[in-house]
Amino acid sequence: MEINLRSPNIIMKLSRLGSFHQSKLSFLRSFLKEFKNWEYKRDLFDLNKFGHGTAVYSLKKDSRIYSLICYANELKESERSDRVIATKWDAAFTLYDGVPTKYDIERLRNEVPKQEIGRLSYKELTLSRANKSIRVFNHVVESLSNGKQPNTNLLSKVGYLYRTTAVYGSGKFGLADRFRIKNRKEIYGPFRLEMMLVYLVRQFTFDQVNYMAKLNNPKLAVSLDKNISRNLGIGNSTGLGMAPFIVNHPTLLNNWIFAREKALKKIREIKEVKKEDFDLFVNCLKKSVKNITSWNTDSTYQQNKIKNLLNDLNKFIKFIEKDFNFSEEFLFNKIYLWTEKYSGEECIEYIVSLMMEPYDDIIDPLINQMSSEEEKYFNIPTDRKIEELKKILEEKYSEILKIDFSKKENNKNFWFISKNKEEPRLADRFKENGAELEQPLAIARDIKKLYDLLSKSKNSSTIGKFLSSDNNLRHVVRRAFISEKFPYSEIQDNTIGHAIVPIDMLRLKLSFFGAVKFDPRSDKWLRICMFQGAPLPSELNNHNDQWIYNSLN
Amino acid sequence: MKSLSEIETISKRATKAAGYSWGISEEVGKNIRLLEMYGLPGIKNLNEYYKKKKEQTFENLKLINKENKITKFQFCPIISGTSFLDQIKSLESINEIKFEKIAYPLLFLPFVSRASEVVGKRLLLKLDDSEFLLNFNINIYSNFLKKKIIEVSELVLIKFLENADSFSESEWKQLYQLSEDTFVEESDSLKENAAGAGLTDND
Repeated sequence: MEINLRSPNIIMKLSRLGSFHQSKLSFLRSFLKEFKNWEYKRDLFDLNKFGHGTAVYSLKKDSRIYSLICYANELKESERSDRVIATKWDAAFTLYDGVPTKYDIERLRNEVPKQEIGRLSYKELTLSRANKSIRVFNHVVESLSNGKQPNTNLLSKVGYLYRTTAVYGSGKFGLADRFRIKNRKEIYGPFRLEMMLVYLVRQFTFDQVNYMAKLNNPKLAVSLDKNISRNLGIGNSTGLGMAPFIVNHPTLLNNWIFAREKALKKIREIKEVKKEDFDLFVNCLKKSVKNITSWNTDSTYQQNKIKNLLNDLNKFIKFIEKDFNFSEEFLFNKIYLWTEKYSGEECIEYIVSLMMEPYDDIIDPLINQMSSEEEKYFNIPTDRKIEELKKILEEKYSEILKIDFSKKENNKNFWFISKNKEEPRLADRFKENGAELEQPLAIARDIKKLYDLLSKSKNSSTIGKFLSSDNNLRHVVRRAFISEKFPYSEIQDNTIGHAIVPIDMLRLKLSFFGAVKFDPRSDKWLRICMFQGAPLPSELNNHNDQWIYNSLN
Repeated sequence: MKSLSEIETISKRATKAAGYSWGISEEVGKNIRLLEMYGLPGIKNLNEYYKKKKEQTFENLKLINKENKITKFQFCPIISGTSFLDQIKSLESINEIKFEKIAYPLLFLPFVSRASEVVGKRLLLKLDDSEFLLNFNINIYSNFLKKKIIEVSELVLIKFLENADSFSESEWKQLYQLSEDTFVEESDSLKENAAGAGLTDND
């Protein structure tokens, strides 16, 4: 049976993209899988009793070594902020390509803690900073110092000791450009080195609390229990900085979504599902429901999403247990069709993620197809005809062409880059200044403008001729030709309308990272957790691939 | 040292701020990245051009012909380059194209380099005395070794080079003969047995 790929007109809507969940394709899971045979080492650990100082961790295989350098510094309470406007953090990190010399560690000590205003070199691959969850951190150090394990209820509410507030890579602030490292097999999947940094930072947080407790009370102190450690991840606060990324990298976005859609198609096409595969799916489902109940958020928006997801999943479990006939063919297709009929977008995408769990043979080859050689598709095929471009717009942007941008509500917002932090922001064009400096992220509006302009042009004329008379919409001409080849390269929604929920864009990207515990703090930023339940570095070579569902929290 | 990613982003934003569309700005971002990657002074020239542009008017060359003469002002290298790249397929049949007075012609160069890749032909670009052989946007061979700013090129010439060998047939044969010394002379037995299908593969 041939199953069609799902339509971009459904999948690429913001509400659907904002309902995506982590899966076997997620970058932190594929990172752990790729690096499971690498040798982990703590090379340097030089902290004082306050936990301030320097540490270096490495992952090594054959002649390749990646080293995380950590700088933990004093931070006054008044200086602590998760917001992008902060200039100091509890700790700052860089992932170094190779083994750093003493000179490198000293050079970077002057740069890494400064973050955006520091200068890195081509030897550094990623850069990040993090703040403690003071409440949890102090409680853990105090408990361990007194010879006790911390209160797991408190830990489960937060889920981490530290949260990062930015992770940079790919040439930012002088870091290595991607072209220098892109041919390394171990980093074929996207964001591998960013994932490596966060994963090693997690271990630093455990080592730091253990060390501080030991120094506080050498006789009584105990180490953080491994099971408790495993169930702590690294938090992350994410704002709008992430949103333009998915608009600015259309072929990459396509490759992420296409991998997911191809996986789903192949799984739905399995005629006879093996009993053990189905059992694994059900097992992950049941364990994960327990996890969902531990997602804490004050956001009513997210609380409703979680509530609906739990209701739908419970309905689904009843269906599986009572009405489902395992002996039927194309079992997963039936399950998928059931979710479409009886559940909401959150649940549909949740089940899609879970369906991938038993199928390494389908998923593993797709992971290596999730990067993109974006340069290859940059040139505009200017010898093509106006009528061809019009046809592309009619086929690939049919929903967008229906939007009436003369209505104020559809043209309400504009994206801009803030001067003080060089970060993307979203504002109301009718209330705020700056709309004349709008970033090219209103793709739907500009596609509509392009279509109107093309409709007044001669069909047989070339794109080259069209552009020679008007280059104002050149950026969307390029995108349209990209979308011809890459069906999932465009968000099929209005990114400047009154109803936009920007965190839908963040959620899409974070789900591909493998984040859980989405906790929106407004419609423009949220907190999440990464690597919660993940094996510790010492357990890397012998871990269960479904670790994400094994969390005790 | 600035990364190429930073160079591309800043050049793109500066180009938008200098009054070009976002689409053109994207082209310039890629171009300056290319120039700097090839070791040519992209940032230096772009910076100077945008400073000059505030005080001086430049002509936008939108339709490329065999000979392109200015009417009053020097040609803008960015619009001339974009037009050249966009029209490259229709220009291919012209063997040689001349431009009079292109301002900051190094900014025009990456468009020509990218055009070389689009048409699959080497292009020779002459900026007065400086010559650049543009090889399919993979590399550039040039006698221009100074990291300097060229404010204007009085005559810019582009030649389309036909895809042809850079060596004679006899030079090829000599090398081919030498390469044959790596082959094994086949005995009858080797002829019988060494090939996968042998001599009886007609069944």
